[in-house]
Amino acid sequence: MAVVAGRGRGTMAESLRMTRTLVQREIRDTLRDWRIVVPIVILTLFFPALMSFVADMALSWVAKYGQPIIGERLLPFLLMVVGFFPISFSLVIALETFVGEKERRSLEPLLATPLTDAQLYLGKTLAAMIPPLLAAYLGIAVYLVGLYFFKGWTPPLILLLLVILLTTAEALVMVSGAVVVSSQTTSVRAANLLASFIIIPMALLLQGEAIIMFWANYDVLWWIVAFLLVVDVVLVRMGVRIFNREELLGREIDELNVASLWRTFCGHLRWKQWFFGLDVQRMPAWLRWLGTLGGLYRYDIPAILHRSRLALVAVAVGLLASVYVGYAFAYRYQLPPDMLELDLVSAETFAELPAVDWLPAFTIWGVFSNNVRALALAAFLAVFSFGTLAVALLMAPLAIVFFFVAQAARLGYSPVLFFSAFVLPHGLLELPAASIATALAVRLGATFMSPKHGSTVSGRWLWALADLVKVFVALVLPLLALAAFIEVYITPYVVIWAFGG
Amino acid sequence: MIQLTGLTKQFDGFTAVDRVTLSVASGEILALLGPNGAGKTTTVRMLAAILRPTTGQAYVAGYSVTEHPREVRRRVGLLTEHPGLYLRMRGQEYLDFFGRLIGLDAEERTRRARDLLARFGMSDAWRQRMGTYSKGMRQKMALVRAMLHDPPVLLLDEPTSAMDPHSAKLVRDAVLGLRHHRRAIVICTHNLAEAEALADRIAIIRRGRIIALGTPAELKSRLLDPPVMELHLAQPTDGVTKLVSGLVKVEDQGEDWLRYSTTDPQEINPLLLQTLASHGLGVVTLSEVPRSLEDVYLRVVEE
Repeated sequence: MAVVAGRGRGTMAESLRMTRTLVQREIRDTLRDWRIVVPIVILTLFFPALMSFVADMALSWVAKYGQPIIGERLLPFLLMVVGFFPISFSLVIALETFVGEKERRSLEPLLATPLTDAQLYLGKTLAAMIPPLLAAYLGIAVYLVGLYFFKGWTPPLILLLLVILLTTAEALVMVSGAVVVSSQTTSVRAANLLASFIIIPMALLLQGEAIIMFWANYDVLWWIVAFLLVVDVVLVRMGVRIFNREELLGREIDELNVASLWRTFCGHLRWKQWFFGLDVQRMPAWLRWLGTLGGLYRYDIPAILHRSRLALVAVAVGLLASVYVGYAFAYRYQLPPDMLELDLVSAETFAELPAVDWLPAFTIWGVFSNNVRALALAAFLAVFSFGTLAVALLMAPLAIVFFFVAQAARLGYSPVLFFSAFVLPHGLLELPAASIATALAVRLGATFMSPKHGSTVSGRWLWALADLVKVFVALVLPLLALAAFIEVYITPYVVIWAFGG
Repeated sequence: MIQLTGLTKQFDGFTAVDRVTLSVASGEILALLGPNGAGKTTTVRMLAAILRPTTGQAYVAGYSVTEHPREVRRRVGLLTEHPGLYLRMRGQEYLDFFGRLIGLDAEERTRRARDLLARFGMSDAWRQRMGTYSKGMRQKMALVRAMLHDPPVLLLDEPTSAMDPHSAKLVRDAVLGLRHHRRAIVICTHNLAEAEALADRIAIIRRGRIIALGTPAELKSRLLDPPVMELHLAQPTDGVTKLVSGLVKVEDQGEDWLRYSTTDPQEINPLLLQTLASHGLGVVTLSEVPRSLEDVYLRVVEE
């Protein structure tokens, strides 16, 4: 038997060798596809040369009308455009190399080799990026050489670096986004449809960049580069986690099986019964609900909180950040002293609150329903933002609270007393409830980004959703109801006692 | 060489493979039979360490598919249900690519690839693009890919589908040759005649469960009715039925022949021949009516 007993396996060199082998094959395959090569050659050589010529003509034309600034702004813009056009092909290549291979059934033999999931991911990502990126860099070079010969124009080095970084980060966003799309579909057709979630934001981004280029506000482009790099990290992490053999082969057809999803969801909603060690099944039927409640609070809720601990940490960090933001804004935008005359707070002040249009009704139901609505919205937004918007939604009111705490301190009031009187009575319940609900929402959104190995994205997401539903109903709603009661009937008296006259 | 214990695979609540327990020794060929969607391919994918079992365990060539999947993949040659070739590549490039991934050195890659292609009558395919191959050639190329590193375990999904009879024979001979070289082989097939010809043991799988397992002879004797014997006489059968009815149950008869079933042919047949001889009846032939694996399969699957 000539089986290779893992020659040099596990070493970095071996890993790179295997990845390189894959990259070479993929690139060779891509370069044999005339449908990809012809447009790339046109966009790399012909189009940049044309752009140089057009830029030269445009510069001469606008100079005639005494508007040379338009020409000056046009040159960097076209530099970005000639870089972007070839990388738009990275999306096509990525979809072809990932889902195309799945559709042609040539992926399974590859999955049967000793390649790890990470090597496969890296190899295919690089293979999808390298040809368009090289084409983009070559296109930029052709454009610059053309302009140099036509006009003697050379870009500032920092601008050139910025455009190259933008181009590279955009290519990575498209490829890593394509991997995520590809791993969730089994046909190129479906993948192309889903790719609009990548194309549309990229098109909008490009329009924004074009405006910035014409505005010559290049510093903003650095922020865009930073933003793209963050998106790259998120998408690559997500891709590494979901690009695994289980996800790739566990899904044979793009079928939405609602009944199966519902069964899975209901399965996650179940928990074991417990009631102080008694055999719940032997209890009278009318008392078994005690076992259901006991199991939920004794085992299930603590277990959910335990597996959501990372999300809880993320929310805690968000809360700390909101304290900082509130304080920072308070010192930047200082309120006049007459805006915060706490000595004048009285029972009438609270009685007049319902008259303020933008505040919810100051009743138990009004406060409670407002909080529930906000947390439900946070959970909804979390799904589309990897959980980030849920944290942002929690941070906003807290930042406002600390804005006022800081203003109070600046005006000579005790910030501790202010916080203890205005927030703490109901906040002791409301803040933990909101934080826990937000953490579960973060988990719901972040599941897409980092599903555990050995399980499908939908399976993990339904699990996170079931956990959110259980915690929301069993913990968050009762706490919010109690907090609303305290906020309406106790907090005002504490405030008046502490500050009022 | 292959050991499965309670191997189970679930996809979103659907159980594709349900507590499969079996083993395949070195030098043994096991045929996995079953209707479409029975769980054959999923079982093979778990054995190839491509899919992870939900529960249960499988050891392939001494390695656990869950704990050492890469070691398993190094030691398994997998012929997938579809050849899955890269049609823009030449045969040489394709085998070189897979040889590199498996870790064969350049000389070994070339030697093994050329030998295998020659064995399957595909030496000319070395420099051709695979897009120009016929269906049978593609299937053979996929088989060469699976055998390239001479693995101790081969998992072959429909190895002779789409092949002409000559190519199919070449492949069957190659598989039998591998058995002689002590490889453990699992074949998934719908070709029952091929399974019967190649396999030492047969496992019939339905809805993810092994519902029958044994050698072809064992399965027939266990799952089919008693064997039927066919007797040809030198004269007409008039009166013979009455003569032998005490010994056997006559199922059918013609002018000079009759068929009977017996649960114990070794004891009954000599007695029957003695009886006929003592009455001066000449016997031309006595043979068992062949029973095919197809009968076994249909009976088990339809149940």
